[in-house]
Amino acid sequence: MQVDLRILRYDPERDDAPHWESYAVEAGPMDRVLNLLHAVKDTVDGTLTFRRSCAHGICGSDAMLINGRNRLACKVRVEQLGRRISVAPLGGMPVVKDLVVDMDGFFAKYRSVMPFLVNDAPASARESRQSQAERERFDDTTKCILCAACTTSCPSFWAQPSYVGPAAIVQAHRFIFDSRDTAADDRLEILADQDGVWRCRTTFNCVTACPREINVTGAILEVTRAIVARHG
Amino acid sequence: MRIETDAVVVGAGGAALWAALELAREGVPTAVLTKLYPTRSHTGAAQGGVCAALGNLEEDHWEWHMFDTVKGGDYLSDQDAAEVLAREAIERVVELEHMGLPFNRTPDGRIDQRRFGGHTRDFGEGPVKRSCFAADRTGHMILQTLYQQCIKAGVRFYDEYHVVDLVFEGGDAGDGGRAAGVVAYRIADGELHTFRAKAVLIATGGYGRAWRITSNAYTLAGDGMAMAYRRGVPLEDMEFYQFHPTGIYGIGILLSEAARGEGGYLTNRDGERFMERYAPRLMELAPRDMVSRAIYLEVRDGRGIGGRDYVHLDVSHLGRKVIEEKLPDITDFARIYLGVEPLKEPVPIQPTAHYAMGGIPTDLATRVIRDPEGTVVPGLFAAGEAACVSVHGANRLGTNSLVDLLVFGRRAGIGMAAYARGAAMPEVAPDADEPVRAEIEGLRGRRSGERPQAIRAELGLLMDANVGVFRDEALLSEAVRRIAELRDRYAAVAVQDAGTTFNTDLLETRELGYLLDCAEATAASALARKESRGAHSREDYPERDDAGWLAHTMAYRREGEQPELRYRPVTITRFGPKPRTY
Repeated sequence: MQVDLRILRYDPERDDAPHWESYAVEAGPMDRVLNLLHAVKDTVDGTLTFRRSCAHGICGSDAMLINGRNRLACKVRVEQLGRRISVAPLGGMPVVKDLVVDMDGFFAKYRSVMPFLVNDAPASARESRQSQAERERFDDTTKCILCAACTTSCPSFWAQPSYVGPAAIVQAHRFIFDSRDTAADDRLEILADQDGVWRCRTTFNCVTACPREINVTGAILEVTRAIVARHG
Repeated sequence: MRIETDAVVVGAGGAALWAALELAREGVPTAVLTKLYPTRSHTGAAQGGVCAALGNLEEDHWEWHMFDTVKGGDYLSDQDAAEVLAREAIERVVELEHMGLPFNRTPDGRIDQRRFGGHTRDFGEGPVKRSCFAADRTGHMILQTLYQQCIKAGVRFYDEYHVVDLVFEGGDAGDGGRAAGVVAYRIADGELHTFRAKAVLIATGGYGRAWRITSNAYTLAGDGMAMAYRRGVPLEDMEFYQFHPTGIYGIGILLSEAARGEGGYLTNRDGERFMERYAPRLMELAPRDMVSRAIYLEVRDGRGIGGRDYVHLDVSHLGRKVIEEKLPDITDFARIYLGVEPLKEPVPIQPTAHYAMGGIPTDLATRVIRDPEGTVVPGLFAAGEAACVSVHGANRLGTNSLVDLLVFGRRAGIGMAAYARGAAMPEVAPDADEPVRAEIEGLRGRRSGERPQAIRAELGLLMDANVGVFRDEALLSEAVRRIAELRDRYAAVAVQDAGTTFNTDLLETRELGYLLDCAEATAASALARKESRGAHSREDYPERDDAGWLAHTMAYRREGEQPELRYRPVTITRFGPKPRTY
C-alpha cells in the first residue's frame, strides 16, 4: 500500500525553521517506520538525516515522535499506524538536523545520578551472592536502553529543562534497589534536589513512551518514597 | 584540530570499554572515539550469555571449555589463545559481577548458568550448563555495566566522532611504521580532528552488513578492519564467517541460541526434529555452522516449511514461565517483526550473517601483527570481533564472542598501558589528515553519478547468494569478479548531501567502501581455500584437509588487483585435529 509519510525537516545550513515534507512511500503492513525512512533516504533524498543502528529495538538510537507518540522507528509497524504517518524529532531537545537531536544534555543528566555500582568491599575470587528476590527487585529498570523516549515525552521536562528527567531516575533506581550497592543515600540526595523527583507530576507519558515497557512512573514513585522514608 | 593523548580506543563496544577501563585504572590519558553513543554499540545486541566454567550447577572445567572452543573452531583455533580465553573467562565473569552486572541467579544466589551450542562436559560427552546470563539481554547488560564503570573511572569519551583514518610514523603499518594516532570526523559539524597518540586500539566490531540477511546493526561496516587493511595490515581468516542458524525469516534479526539452550526445537515441514540426522548427540545444540548447514540442506531437499526457504524454531512447549523469565526479548522480537506468538506457535527462521571469525591478526597481547612470522606493528592493537587472535578458528561457539571481548579487551588495555609508558610520543605531520580530507572533499563534491545504496544492495544480494553457508568455485569466482565491478562503480559514486552538519549520506557512502574491502578479502580468501572447515563449506571440496590447509589465511590489499594471500601455521598445544562429530 501507499503511505503518506510526513517528516519534519530541518537543515540549519539551508532552513530558517523546521517544515513538513510529504513523501509517498510504498510499504507493507509489517514494514517498520525505519524502513520507510530508509526508503526515502536511499531512493528519494539522501539528505534526510536520522540516527539508527541495530534496527531491532535494543540500541536506542532511533527514538522519535511518530504519530504524536515517542517510539523507536525500528519497532513500530505500518499496520499499527495506518496510511498517514508523521515523524518528528524528540521534543524538548535542540534539533541538530531533521530527526537528529542533541543528546549531550540527556547523557549529562544520566551521568549526574551516579549510574554505576558502588561497593568498596575487597573483591573476592567468586561472585557475591544475591538472592533471586533481591535480583528481581530491580529487574525492570535494568532494561533501559537510554533512548530518551521517556524524558522527552514528559511535560515537566518540557516546562523545566533542568529537570533530571525519567530516564536518569530509572538509571538511579537500578542501583538504589540493588542489594550489592552501598551508595543509595548519595543518589537519593541527588534526586531530592529541586530538579529531582519532585518535578514528576505522574502524567504517565513516560510509561506510554517506553519501548522497553518499563514502569517508569512506578520507578520514580519508588525512589520518591525512599527519599521520604530517609527523611522521615 | 589536533588532540594529543597517550592512548586512543576506536569503538565503544565491550572490548573497547574494558580496554578503556584498564587504561583508566593505570592512569593512562585515553580518548575513546565512537561513531555512535557508547550504549548504542552492537555488544548490546548479544542475547544468550557468556560462557565461563564456574561449575555453579554441574561439574565444569576450563579445559573442557578450551577443548570445546578448539573443536567448535574445527581445529583452526590457535590453542594458546583458546587456553587464555577459557581460563580467564572465569575471572572476567566474576569481575563483571563485582562491577554490578545483574546476572540471573540460582536458588542459592550464585550466577545462574544454562546450556549453549557446542559447550560440553568431559570433552564432548554431552551438553553442560556453562553460559552465565542476564535473561536474554546479556550483551546489553555487559555494555551497560562496562560503560557505567567507565563513567565511574572518568574515561574521556568522544561520542559521534567517526574515525576515518589511521596515522602511522615511519611509513604505513605494512612498511614497518608504528601507530601514531587516528583522524576522526566529528559527525555534528564535519570537522576533522587528528588524535596523536602512542597506542591505538581498533575495536570496531564486524562487517555483517556486507550481507543482506544479517543480524548486524546498520553501522557494522568493518570500519576498523578496512582502515587497517588499507594501511598494509593483512586480514586473517576472512573466509570464516558465521551464519547464525536462527535469524528471523526475511529480516535476519537474531533469535538467540538460548532458545535452544532452554530446550527449543528446530522442525521442518514434516514436524521432524531434523537435527537428529545431523548431530544425534547434541541435536539442536550442535555448533552453529552445522545447524546452519542442516537448515540449508533441509530447505534444498524440499523440507522447508511449505517447501519454502525457512524452518521452524519452536519454544511453545517450554511454558510461559521459562519464556517470560529467560527469553522475554526474543519472544518479543517474534511478535513485533513476524506477528507470531511464540507461546503458541513456531517461529519461522533462516540462517543469518552474524559474526566474523577473522579480522585483524593479533598476538595474545592483542598487538597487531602484519605477516606470517608474527612481526608486530608497534603501538597498534586490536580486540573483539574486529580482531583475529585466533580463538574462534573456523567457527565460533555461542557466547564466545562475549568471552573474547572481555578477555582480550582487558588484555588490550593492559598491553596498551605498558606500551604507552615505555614509548615516546610519535611524530605526526601537520597534514596527516590530508589524504582523508581530500577523499571526503572529493566525495562531497561529486554530485552526479550512481547512488551508493544501489551498490550496497547489490553487494548484499551477491554475498547472500555466493558467499553464504555453502560455496563452490563457480559461486566464489563470480563473487570475486562482481565485487571488483562494484568497487569500480563505487569509485564514481555520488553523494547528495553536500553539507557539513550531521552528514550521514557521506558517512554511509564511506562505510560502503569499507564493506567492499572486507567483502573482497572474504571472497578471495574463500576462493583460494580448497577444503571445507567450520563455517567455510565448499561443495566442491567437502572434506577438511589438514595436510593441505591447517593454516590461517592472511590477505593483503593490492591496489587494483586481487588480494595477495599468505598463510600462517596454526598453534596446536593440547588437542590434535580429530574428526568433528557431535
